[in-house]
Amino acid sequence: MELLISLIIGLLTAVGVFLVLRGRTFPIVLGLTVLSYAVNLFIFSAGRLVMDGAAVLNSGLATPDPVPQALVLTAIVIGFAMTAFAVILAIRARADLGNDHVDGRLPEQSGEQK
Amino acid sequence: MNHLITLPIMLPLLLATLQLLPVIEKSIERQRLISVLGSLSIVIASVALLISASAGNVTLYALGNWEAPFGIQLVGDRLSSMMVVLTSILLLAANLYASAGDDNQGRYFYPLMMFQAMGINGAFLTGDIFNLFVFFEILLIASYSLLIHGGGKHKTSAAVHYVFLNLVGSAIFLFALGIIYGTLGTLNMADMALRVRELNESEVQLAKIGGMMLLSVFALKAALLPLQFWLPRTYASAPGPVVALFAIMTKVGIYSIIRIQSLIFGDSAGALTDLGQDWIWVLALGTLIIATLGVISAPSVKRLAAHLVILSVGTLLVAVGFGTAESLSAALFYAVHSTLAGAAFFLIGDIIAEQRERSFDRIVAGRSLAQPMSIGILFFVAALTLIGMPPLSGFIGKFLIMKSIDSGSALVWAWPLLLIGSLAALVAFSRAGSTLFWRSNGKPDSSKASATRKFIAVGILLSAAPLMSLFAGPITQYTDATVEQLQSFELNPRQIMAKGVQQ
Repeated sequence: MELLISLIIGLLTAVGVFLVLRGRTFPIVLGLTVLSYAVNLFIFSAGRLVMDGAAVLNSGLATPDPVPQALVLTAIVIGFAMTAFAVILAIRARADLGNDHVDGRLPEQSGEQK
Repeated sequence: MNHLITLPIMLPLLLATLQLLPVIEKSIERQRLISVLGSLSIVIASVALLISASAGNVTLYALGNWEAPFGIQLVGDRLSSMMVVLTSILLLAANLYASAGDDNQGRYFYPLMMFQAMGINGAFLTGDIFNLFVFFEILLIASYSLLIHGGGKHKTSAAVHYVFLNLVGSAIFLFALGIIYGTLGTLNMADMALRVRELNESEVQLAKIGGMMLLSVFALKAALLPLQFWLPRTYASAPGPVVALFAIMTKVGIYSIIRIQSLIFGDSAGALTDLGQDWIWVLALGTLIIATLGVISAPSVKRLAAHLVILSVGTLLVAVGFGTAESLSAALFYAVHSTLAGAAFFLIGDIIAEQRERSFDRIVAGRSLAQPMSIGILFFVAALTLIGMPPLSGFIGKFLIMKSIDSGSALVWAWPLLLIGSLAALVAFSRAGSTLFWRSNGKPDSSKASATRKFIAVGILLSAAPLMSLFAGPITQYTDATVEQLQSFELNPRQIMAKGVQQ
């Protein structure tokens, strides 16, 4: 369980970082989304993983820590709003600057077609 | 419970929502009136908080009456109330300046300004590190929208960098919070300070990683060396009144660094004592060097102002990184001075850009300004204080910082860099001033004169320069007491954990 979760978080983070480092806005927005998935899973697991835990206190079973769950909810809401803003900004930049490169102009020697 | 401390957060929130009502939203005049009067009321509320804090009271407010460490709490001590007063003065000046016409270029200008002020005040007042993240996001999302307010190519392309960079920063912030919660099991800053002392060997490593990630996020906000490249372009392209309020944003990062360093990673933190302090010191010196180069090479007044902000960040963090009580106290004095003077200079740059036709605020010979005399005086005063010439506040701030850095090797590094920074600012200001005011052609065109309230707004900010040197005695007493208070929190963090109302 721990191994699976940590592998997933690691993979998502790696994918997110790779995409964020790309030169165009669309992969970056995707990368930020993937990165926020990784973050959410990571915070969720910060309260330690409990298998077959009880959702209700005082039921005799081990209960997972509720605080990270509350934190994740907050982080999801904020991440959602920020992603929406980033998408709109990317579209606006595409319209204002005429291309979707983060610097607002295409690199000169990349051999890419406009 | 004393509810005063919630006002600097609640007032902007209420004013912002009030201004979204159709009755007010439809009329720009009503919006202007409400936002200027509203920011005045925020100033009054925060000054009341400051008066209470300067008597040595620490206002603790348990939100929803959940006692610490379980609930979120607000902490109104000397440091946070000082920063809140600073924010509200900036907000007042920025709103007054904007009410002369800059608010009309797009919708929802004032609500966004208010939300931004709410986020900044909240970040200063909160005693909970996750809540700090939430307030960071509030101030960031408001700043994203304000940055592109009015639209235009330059703003959009600067905003793309700024937004993506800060979104990555937020992700790192959350990773750091996850690690910290996983090892310390708490998010209340005072409780974190207690838990950090009881960590075992393996947990210390994790906490170290979490703490360093947290510091790097704050360094991004503060614009410390490798993370400062976003600042000049962003600040130079933002609308004038917006960037005047942005002048406090780097200080939010520095405030968080001071808070974390003094409370959680203080002298009693065992293996984690002074975590990252040596990094801050070295990187701050590097920031000074790169900002000095930036100041000399700045092509426009706003760029110059932006590089001066980075220079002040370097100066401040040199003092924070040195880490003695005297240097921290000097840093707090310098923080107040540099915020107000920096914001004033951005506004001056904006007035200059407005009055020159095609050359905007670029430092080239061009059409003469409509009001060369009054702008010249403001420019001169701002230049004096930002360079750090006597008798204005910049001199005292810089002098206090240099005086506090008195040991051999540190002195050899810090003094030359601080002084060369001042020299570079002197060169840049002389060049900019002589080009803008003397190498101009044509007669002043009085039809392009700026509104008087713009000058009043700049005047409010600039009046701090002579006032802070006149009252340097009481202010340094206050900052000394602030540092003393921070040290006492570090010795006994329990005193800033809210109990909730005793039934």
